[in-house]
Amino acid sequence: MARVKAPVEEAEQVVGKAAPRLDAEAKVRGQARYADDLSFPGMLYGKAIRSDRPHARILRLDLSQVAAHPKVACVVTPKDIPGENVVPIIYRDMPLLANGVVRYVGEPIALLAAETREAAVEAAALAQVAYEDLPAVFDPLEATRPGAPQVAVPAAAEGGNVFNHMVIRKGDVERGFAEADVVVAGEYRVGYQEHAYLEPQGVIAVPEDSGITVYGTLQCPFYVQNAVAAVMGFPLAKVRIVQTATGGGFGGKEDVPSHLAAMAAVLAWKAGRPVKLVLPRDEDIATTSKRHPGLVRYRTGAKRDGTLTAVEVEFYYNAGAYQTLSSAVLWRGLIHAAGPYRIPHVKVDGYSVATNTVPCGAFRGFGSPQVIFAHESQMDELARELGMDPLVLRHKNALRVGDETATGQRLTESVGLPEAIGRARELSHWDELQDEVAAFNAQERFRRRGLGASTVMYGVGMGAKAPLLDKAGAYLKLEADGSVTLAVGTTEMGQGAQTVLAQIAAEGLGVPLASVQVAPVDTSRVPDSGPTVASRTTTVQGMAVLDAAEKLRARIVGAAMEMLGCPKVVPGDGRFHDARDPTRSVSLAEIARWMWAHNWDMAASGWAEARPVDWDAKTGLGNAYFVYAYACHIAEVEVDLLTGETRVTRFWAVHDSGKIVNPETARGQVIGGIAQGIGYALMEELPAEGGRILYPTFTAYHIPTAMDMPDEFVVEFVEASYSGGPFGAKGLGEVPLMASHAAVANAISAATGTRLRAYPATPERVLDLIGRGA
Amino acid sequence: MRIQFRLNGRPVAVDVPPGRRLLDLLREDLGLIGTKEGCGEGECGACTVVVDGKPRLACLTAAVQVEGKDVLTIEGLSEAGQLDPLQEAFIETAGVQCGFCTPGLVMAAYALLRENPRPTRDEVRAYLSGNLCRCTGYAQVVEAVLRAAEKACPR
Ligand code: FES
Ligand code: FES
Repeated sequence: MARVKAPVEEAEQVVGKAAPRLDAEAKVRGQARYADDLSFPGMLYGKAIRSDRPHARILRLDLSQVAAHPKVACVVTPKDIPGENVVPIIYRDMPLLANGVVRYVGEPIALLAAETREAAVEAAALAQVAYEDLPAVFDPLEATRPGAPQVAVPAAAEGGNVFNHMVIRKGDVERGFAEADVVVAGEYRVGYQEHAYLEPQGVIAVPEDSGITVYGTLQCPFYVQNAVAAVMGFPLAKVRIVQTATGGGFGGKEDVPSHLAAMAAVLAWKAGRPVKLVLPRDEDIATTSKRHPGLVRYRTGAKRDGTLTAVEVEFYYNAGAYQTLSSAVLWRGLIHAAGPYRIPHVKVDGYSVATNTVPCGAFRGFGSPQVIFAHESQMDELARELGMDPLVLRHKNALRVGDETATGQRLTESVGLPEAIGRARELSHWDELQDEVAAFNAQERFRRRGLGASTVMYGVGMGAKAPLLDKAGAYLKLEADGSVTLAVGTTEMGQGAQTVLAQIAAEGLGVPLASVQVAPVDTSRVPDSGPTVASRTTTVQGMAVLDAAEKLRARIVGAAMEMLGCPKVVPGDGRFHDARDPTRSVSLAEIARWMWAHNWDMAASGWAEARPVDWDAKTGLGNAYFVYAYACHIAEVEVDLLTGETRVTRFWAVHDSGKIVNPETARGQVIGGIAQGIGYALMEELPAEGGRILYPTFTAYHIPTAMDMPDEFVVEFVEASYSGGPFGAKGLGEVPLMASHAAVANAISAATGTRLRAYPATPERVLDLIGRGA
Repeated sequence: MRIQFRLNGRPVAVDVPPGRRLLDLLREDLGLIGTKEGCGEGECGACTVVVDGKPRLACLTAAVQVEGKDVLTIEGLSEAGQLDPLQEAFIETAGVQCGFCTPGLVMAAYALLRENPRPTRDEVRAYLSGNLCRCTGYAQVVEAVLRAAEKACPR
């Protein structure tokens, strides 16, 4: 028999290609529907009446004037909550509405719903609250001192105001420091970072079908379902959460929507009408989660040749008044504290502390950027002490396959860090670049350039802190015309998940991407798929999609074989071909029609669970995450010595996130993350006083504009394949932010010849640095 | 108060209270939800529309101010169903992520290209610096605008 060349099956057809985003057209037409774009007949506008005290007992709450407002339809106090007065997150310490005591400025006390947005605002101002102020504390170190006011709900804290204290004890740090030739030490401080997603928080609760449906801009529909069921006292099956188009999340829409949705649900239930609750920008900035302010102390020891011997870390995160996600944020900070390096002796102590401030929560990087600023500064300080090139020092200590992480986890595969460092060096022409910068600095009087590098690792997925959440379900349905509907339980918030998951489905099915449609995420479609966080969607949700695709593909192939009367078929050009004679083929539409006409089951569900992890809280040792992603960033900055202004001029970023499913959206993730990192390092500052965010507006809180971005970007991927991810993919979303700010900080330190030890590097702070360094 | 103006090429006449924002007139009274509210205080640019060829922030513009004017919103840009080259370019370069800033950015870019059909990269960055985007880091947005300019008037 003559060998017939079958259409290629080995090379991936859809995965690895820069397919345009599935949601892009609706978005550029202005047709995508975000939370505030939806309306329902009879809809009311909800509003929270919030505390204006950081810590106080509520003596009297008089809502008679609120209720008497002609446009107010209903008012809710804790006694109107049909279920429990709690927003269940990791702990159950946070009430939906303050229970006699308020613990932060902005804490909700009561709710109202009115006929118009304006009336809701007017009516909220009519509430009369009498408080008895209690002593308050705002600084985490002060909050840990004996005699500090008790902020934390005792059942949710390990002791006093310490919500959690977590440790790593690996080897013997004292021995490690004794073996070191050089030791550097430093203290680093960071403040809040606000998510500044462009679409503010918003939900609409609609009472229907003897239950409740909530539509909203959110990352974690199953968290919201759980919270709404708890406050309503409903079985989960009576609560349906539907995600609207979501205008950015970055962690800010991880836990906060649970609180908002639960408020809207209680209002809607009492009023018997749909209730929309959209936060104005100032309320959003003032009362919702942010990146934890942190204080980080480091000591790093190394041999003369640069080999790291020991790292000791102590860090404090200001958690705010309630636990929300702080224990998980702290844990990720802990595991990432020692950086992507081989270090025999490690001691880490992390504390998250309750204060009378707005609860902090998830923000891209999730507790790691604070410690990364510190460990990457330490690496540069060490390089300087040793007279070593900072990239060489990093490369020398970088984790490789076979090495142990700081938690004693042996890395068995997929460690692309050394290669990423090497590639970043090549792409930036690091050595020539140093000369160029030196020449510039020699000839300029009032401007200085500097180069900075950073390397990071990122534990993909929930890790050993929350392995029960690291799962996902998917549902794939072949329609009778050959188009395909995909339903998943993780969300699109701008990162491109929908497109990447559709690519995985198309590849798995052997069909063109154009035939796949992704349904809006709805908790009634697929099983609890965990949260859309931790850069886990491509990996874990992707595996669930692949599982469904493989099941459905078996049936499609079975049908095609019956139709063609052949023992084997191969896909190609959107058709399935007889493997012996590729000229004989059937289209997907024909197969679908045939399956439909023969009463075949045309749907398949998929399931995936992350690979096992384990961790011991006493020693802090174990297999913390199933795999890690890595990156090396290099930034060039220019500092104006007269004004203190800093501009990032050029940027190089090399990432190992395993197989890249969509290079174009991946590039967007990287550049977008770099922008947020530049903001964190240079300009994002949210001052607070007495527990009050002073200027909760975009006028005062500056995020980067197009003018603040580097003139030149180079982004590249080294793809160290991971055997547990779809087509070898790991996670990417958070990593670019994590690496970028530290490279910028190191570049500023290089340019000014001193050491930046606090963010953001505003002109005043830079002038101060120059003053001290000169 | 009764006002008349052209909206996406068609004449409209509506009654609005004097204090009503153009943004609310568009979104709530006329159902044109493509124009977004990101801050309501003139800082983010998500509400950008084009009035008589110039970019305007609909959250800071009183509805009565557009009396007799020509207002173009994102919906009007592709009215016959055909995407504007700018919209196509945003899709091609992945200049869209969450998309919430996109209508405002596209409208600002539209106004730019009317004023300056072949802007340089720096001119694009400067012109768009009033439009915040938290997702993209702007590189692919700027590429989209340059690509659309190139297509509309190749050099
Ligand atoms: S909503 Fe108008 S500028 Fe932000
Ligand atoms: S794409 Fe999300 S804000 Fe621009």
